[in-house]
Amino acid sequence: MKFAVIVFPGSNCDRDMLWAVSEILGEEASYVRHDETSLAGFDGVLLPGGFSYGDYLRCGAISRFSNIMSEVIRFAEEGRPVFGTCNGFQVLTEAGLLPGALKRNDSLHFVCKTIQLKVVNNETAFTSEYRQNEIIRVPIAHGEGSYYCDEATLSKLKENHQIVFTYEGENPNGSIANIAGIVNEKGNVLVMMPHPERAVEELLGSADGLRFFQSMVKNYGKVTN
Amino acid sequence: MYFVKVYVMYKESVLDPQGQAVLGAVHRMGHEEIQDIRIGKYFEMKVAKSERPIEAVIEEVCDKLLANVNMESYRYEISEAE
Repeated sequence: MKFAVIVFPGSNCDRDMLWAVSEILGEEASYVRHDETSLAGFDGVLLPGGFSYGDYLRCGAISRFSNIMSEVIRFAEEGRPVFGTCNGFQVLTEAGLLPGALKRNDSLHFVCKTIQLKVVNNETAFTSEYRQNEIIRVPIAHGEGSYYCDEATLSKLKENHQIVFTYEGENPNGSIANIAGIVNEKGNVLVMMPHPERAVEELLGSADGLRFFQSMVKNYGKVTN
Repeated sequence: MYFVKVYVMYKESVLDPQGQAVLGAVHRMGHEEIQDIRIGKYFEMKVAKSERPIEAVIEEVCDKLLANVNMESYRYEISEAE
């Protein structure tokens, strides 16, 4: 499986992402810059964390208009896998691929630590290698990760089983319904604030994130262009 | 040419933690009479006249970029400028 790691000006977790899928997972991966216009040859798209465009205006608001994003949107609309973590979550909600928005953490603090997550839906193509309701340990590092949506959207997310990860034990940012990660209705675009790519080997403190990428490869790996 | 002012605020239903933090500081200054503070964004734009109605142009820019309508609302004022 060949992954594209999208690099915006201000992305800073792109190397972590590339390392996780190439060196640890053993798949192919390349960087694709924000000003490129093609995703030809790729089987999956990964939007890394960081502070694209300095978080100016709102996190992800400006990146959404970069050249590569129209390709990412097309790729997603074709039903192909797109994953966004942290700033990637912010960019993909701003792009309208997922409902809701991310706001400043309730505490106003940037929170950087390993937290517990509950896998509340293991029937997605991104979480099939986890057990239902399994608790995993994955780091978070964000200042604006408080997921917000209106009541109608929240009911729809629940009804369609689109809530995939919730914070367990402690809600680090004030996110509505303890939401840490959601998937689109089609099931091919998943976004989350925590960083599974930073938890792919015991040396990093947890290897619980590895099965996230293994799920992607298992479910999408045979797709070719 | 038009001169346009755009104001973007969190919707009433959305908690504004920055506003709450500033409110706390204002209370510590002794201004208990200030009961609520909400922080928003203010934009000034110079816009050339075009075929499209100015309102349509401004609303498109606000809806797609200046505000995130999931959590924010906006209003604008348009005046004629040199």
